[in-house]
Amino acid sequence: MIGKYRILLPVLSLAVLLAAVFYLQPRAMSYFGLNLLFNLAVPIALATIAQMMIIMVNDIDLSIGTFVSFVACVTATFVNETPLLGAAILLASIMVYAAMGALIHARQLPAIVVTLGMSFVWAGLAVLLLPSPGGASPGWIRTLMTVKPPFVPMAVVACVLIAGFTHILIMRSATGTLLRAVGGNTQAVVRAGWSVIKLKAGAYALAGFFGVLSGMCLVGLTTSADANIALRYTLLSIAGVILGGGEFVGGKVSPVGAVIGALTLSLAGSFLSFMRLSPDWQIGAQGAILILVLAVRLIFARNGSRWKEAKNG
Amino acid sequence: MANPVTSSILQLPKRPWFWAFVASGITFGATYALTEGSGSSELISAALTFATFSAIVGIGQMFVITMGPGNVDLSIPATMTLAGTLSLKFMDGSTALILPGLGIALFVGLAAGMFNYLLIRLLRIPPIIATLSASFLYQSLAIWWNRGLRIKPPEALADFTTGSLAGIPNLTIVGLLIAVASWFILQRSIFGRWLSAVGQNTRAARLSGIPVEAVKAATFIGSAVLASLTGYLLASFSGGAALNMGTEYLLISIAVVVIGGCSIAGGNSNVPGIWGGALLMFLVVSMLNSYGLGAGVRLILTGTIIIAIVAAASGRKGSA
Amino acid sequence: MQLATTAGSSPPAIPLVALLDARMAFGAVRALDGVSLTISPGECVGLIGHNGAGKSTAVNVINGGLTPTGGSVQYTLADGSKGNGAAVARACGIRSVFQELSLCPNLTIEETIRVPHRDLKGFGWRKTARKRIAKALDQVFPGHGIEPGMIVGDLSIAERQMVEIAAGFAEGSIPARLVILDEPTSSLDAAVARQLLDHVRKFCASGGAVIFISHMLGEVFDVATRIDVMKDGKIIDSRPTSDFTQQGLIDAMGHVASTKAEARSQTSREDRIGEEVLNTPEGLSARRGEIVGLAGLAGHGQAEALARYFVSRSAGIHHTKTPEVAFVAGDRGRDGIMPLWSILQNLTLTHLPSLLRRGLVDQKAEDTLAQDWKQKIGIRTENMNNPILSLSGGNQQKVLFARSLASSAPIVVMDDPMRGVDVGTKQEAYDMIRREAEAGRTFLWYSTETDEVVQCDRAFVFRNGQISAELIGEDITEENILAASFEMHEEAS
Repeated sequence: MIGKYRILLPVLSLAVLLAAVFYLQPRAMSYFGLNLLFNLAVPIALATIAQMMIIMVNDIDLSIGTFVSFVACVTATFVNETPLLGAAILLASIMVYAAMGALIHARQLPAIVVTLGMSFVWAGLAVLLLPSPGGASPGWIRTLMTVKPPFVPMAVVACVLIAGFTHILIMRSATGTLLRAVGGNTQAVVRAGWSVIKLKAGAYALAGFFGVLSGMCLVGLTTSADANIALRYTLLSIAGVILGGGEFVGGKVSPVGAVIGALTLSLAGSFLSFMRLSPDWQIGAQGAILILVLAVRLIFARNGSRWKEAKNG
Repeated sequence: MANPVTSSILQLPKRPWFWAFVASGITFGATYALTEGSGSSELISAALTFATFSAIVGIGQMFVITMGPGNVDLSIPATMTLAGTLSLKFMDGSTALILPGLGIALFVGLAAGMFNYLLIRLLRIPPIIATLSASFLYQSLAIWWNRGLRIKPPEALADFTTGSLAGIPNLTIVGLLIAVASWFILQRSIFGRWLSAVGQNTRAARLSGIPVEAVKAATFIGSAVLASLTGYLLASFSGGAALNMGTEYLLISIAVVVIGGCSIAGGNSNVPGIWGGALLMFLVVSMLNSYGLGAGVRLILTGTIIIAIVAAASGRKGSA
Repeated sequence: MQLATTAGSSPPAIPLVALLDARMAFGAVRALDGVSLTISPGECVGLIGHNGAGKSTAVNVINGGLTPTGGSVQYTLADGSKGNGAAVARACGIRSVFQELSLCPNLTIEETIRVPHRDLKGFGWRKTARKRIAKALDQVFPGHGIEPGMIVGDLSIAERQMVEIAAGFAEGSIPARLVILDEPTSSLDAAVARQLLDHVRKFCASGGAVIFISHMLGEVFDVATRIDVMKDGKIIDSRPTSDFTQQGLIDAMGHVASTKAEARSQTSREDRIGEEVLNTPEGLSARRGEIVGLAGLAGHGQAEALARYFVSRSAGIHHTKTPEVAFVAGDRGRDGIMPLWSILQNLTLTHLPSLLRRGLVDQKAEDTLAQDWKQKIGIRTENMNNPILSLSGGNQQKVLFARSLASSAPIVVMDDPMRGVDVGTKQEAYDMIRREAEAGRTFLWYSTETDEVVQCDRAFVFRNGQISAELIGEDITEENILAASFEMHEEAS
């Protein structure tokens, strides 16, 4: 029963943080306020989902930050000027992700080093595209990111959509279940006659896909790009997955949790400014929240196992 | 029967550091050929200086990576920044406080390393997550302490870090001393043996009576102390601590370990390779610069080298 | 589907699986040495044998997981066509239920069924999966109380085993025709185990076939229509169940240890054995100079008991020159060998704290120690600086022995150390253990080979993680060990 309530802790952390923000600054509890609070959370949430796909198959991606930066540069240049070529480049980059997954599995390479190498490659390509900040957001992405739906701001709608879609994809669909099985018990998947290399390539391709979405959203929000725009996303996305109840090994991930984790991390900054604390502490608050949640999770896990022991006599 | 074959295959992991130096030599030669020798002594001096920073943090990272898969110290950049910031602010340009300032920097490293280890131990989380979340805290602490001020290092210290002795930069001498000491620890001390055993097979190490937890703690502390020393030296060298001064060293510290030929699977480390990798990383940059190629090509090449090296290393293992 | 014929009499014309002189070699080890058997619809074959008899290899050959190195395996599909290979085995409806092997702890029960049931996909797959597993659970274990939505990792071990079994019998695009149950009741209580036996009988009566492996002889007698006894990679006896008695079965599995008396006369010297030096909560005890054996079927908690004892007696934080316990690994790759190191470095590891000079490893002393042990136990190498992996398995094992014996630890724990070791080396190791025991060392020795346990001064037989018998001196016989390893009482019926 414990595993089912994995999602409770991230929800709780977000709720506590949000309540604190509203308490300190009731004006934040408005359409405009919410939009401001969560605006930049959308690309982070997408990058976190991408990282989750990799962690789901027991690997880690140190290149997601530079990849999102690269995509942002492509979006601000090629997608804006020659959409067809831009789309082709982005499609090819997703293929590269899939190939990376296949290579890592086929040769049993450490994912941490391969993705590290790829992070240099993406960074290099981004610098080649945009040596200095510039480019422009394609109009349709800008429109999409700034659309004002009734009642609920776009940022919140987008996060709910992302969480819902990936939940269906990963938690509900037959293929998603199989992908999680790779993380949980690779041997069983092999024994049932599945091709793990295809599955792993698929998981990496999904990561590439969400990385692309993240970069495009980011450009829609910032209206221009530079080669270092999303470097922080690598660490943030790992933190977001863990904060959302994911674990490093064993395929234990939660897409809804990951989105909530990303929201919590981006809210931490706003929270401090409402506390009239210096924004210096923003990163520190993210780290502190991560440690705190991990500590609480450990306590839960201990009680859980004690409860289980008691149950099994 | 297949003894010579097996043993020569097992010797292969010892060779890669050699190739890092060969590659560095070729890169240097290529640069030299283009510039027709002008400024080559400056190039050597710059390469030695900048490689020192990568080499010291690389050695710390190497100790951690030697413990096997999953062991990486992601807090190195933040520890560097924190140590640089704190010590420079403490010294406040006063020559008399140079040594106490160094003490402060090393203490930061000690505390950070201990904190990292305690997180791993108490929260039972993988080192990656522990050092990641801790690094957020260190980074914030550094920002808060620094307040955007750029305090100059004491004159004598700045002179020392930019000076040289018999044509060799002072920093390089420090870096080489650290490398020799680390080599000695790894090769000759019992700690080096234990570290290698833990990295090869933690379970077997525990069953052989090795104090595995103590080895882990010492390793994370060592890595953080080396990072803090680098922060202190780098801040003094570049005329003040900057908040982003450590950023590039996260990837570089891992990259030099891989390029230097240490096995990412653990248990196998070599110090010369770290220096080879560090030199190569810098020389590739300057070579491409002198050929008029920008940062983009340089980064792509670096990434390709890293991936090629792991792919080749795994192929070797597969044939063994 | 044809109905089962009476047990053991002339088998039906079309066997599901037919092994003909199947052989399987892993390096020099012959795990299967010419096995021929057929399994036909309606049969429940009880497969029994002692450790290393070749049961699991046989099962893996039958389910297509291993391709035999000699002989043939042939499957007959439901439509009458024949073939071989893993894919055909799946298409034939052969399902394996191994302990904890096919479940993914991060998935829910219905989700984990998705992995083996390849046809579950598209809209509504989850509903189908839930129906299948719920129906199977209801059929096999009425009143089970397991929800298909539960996460596997949260289940108790018994519940996981129930799910694993139910998945084996569940409906699918390919109906189950032969279900292989490997120790299916190891963590089930008697009532639940009885439900399983009932279901197996029903399943066979309706034309299904089952291979049933269990250390509970009562259960085997209860459910099997035929019993095949394996030993040394061969089937040495195969008869209808009614032709066996439980005692007869144990006699068939074992053989008379003729060398025993001689071995004992060398080891048993009462004046050698001193006061009690260890006593664990689970009931293990040993005295100074005593060789204590841990016996029983493999995987019944012996290795865990040893590891627990070792870890409790050695700290992870401090190091010491005088360790209390030293460990000799049997699974060399997992627990012992440092693969990147030389023979010398592997040998001196445990004793290293005593070889320091001014904080550094004294290489001269290390060399001397290594040469010393090279002589003492005869490690066959020209140079102790050669890599450890250049040695044969037996010589690697000698190095691991030397690693522990070189230390000053008064107690040595051995986790089945003779695995895959040649006869000559074994004899040398026995001599060495006896010598050390005479010098006052205490040995805790888990062995899967009865020949070794009968050499001990005392033996504890393990069953289901607990000590089921303590045998002393002349009472340590193969018969007594076998009897304590297998459950004799018919608890499940």
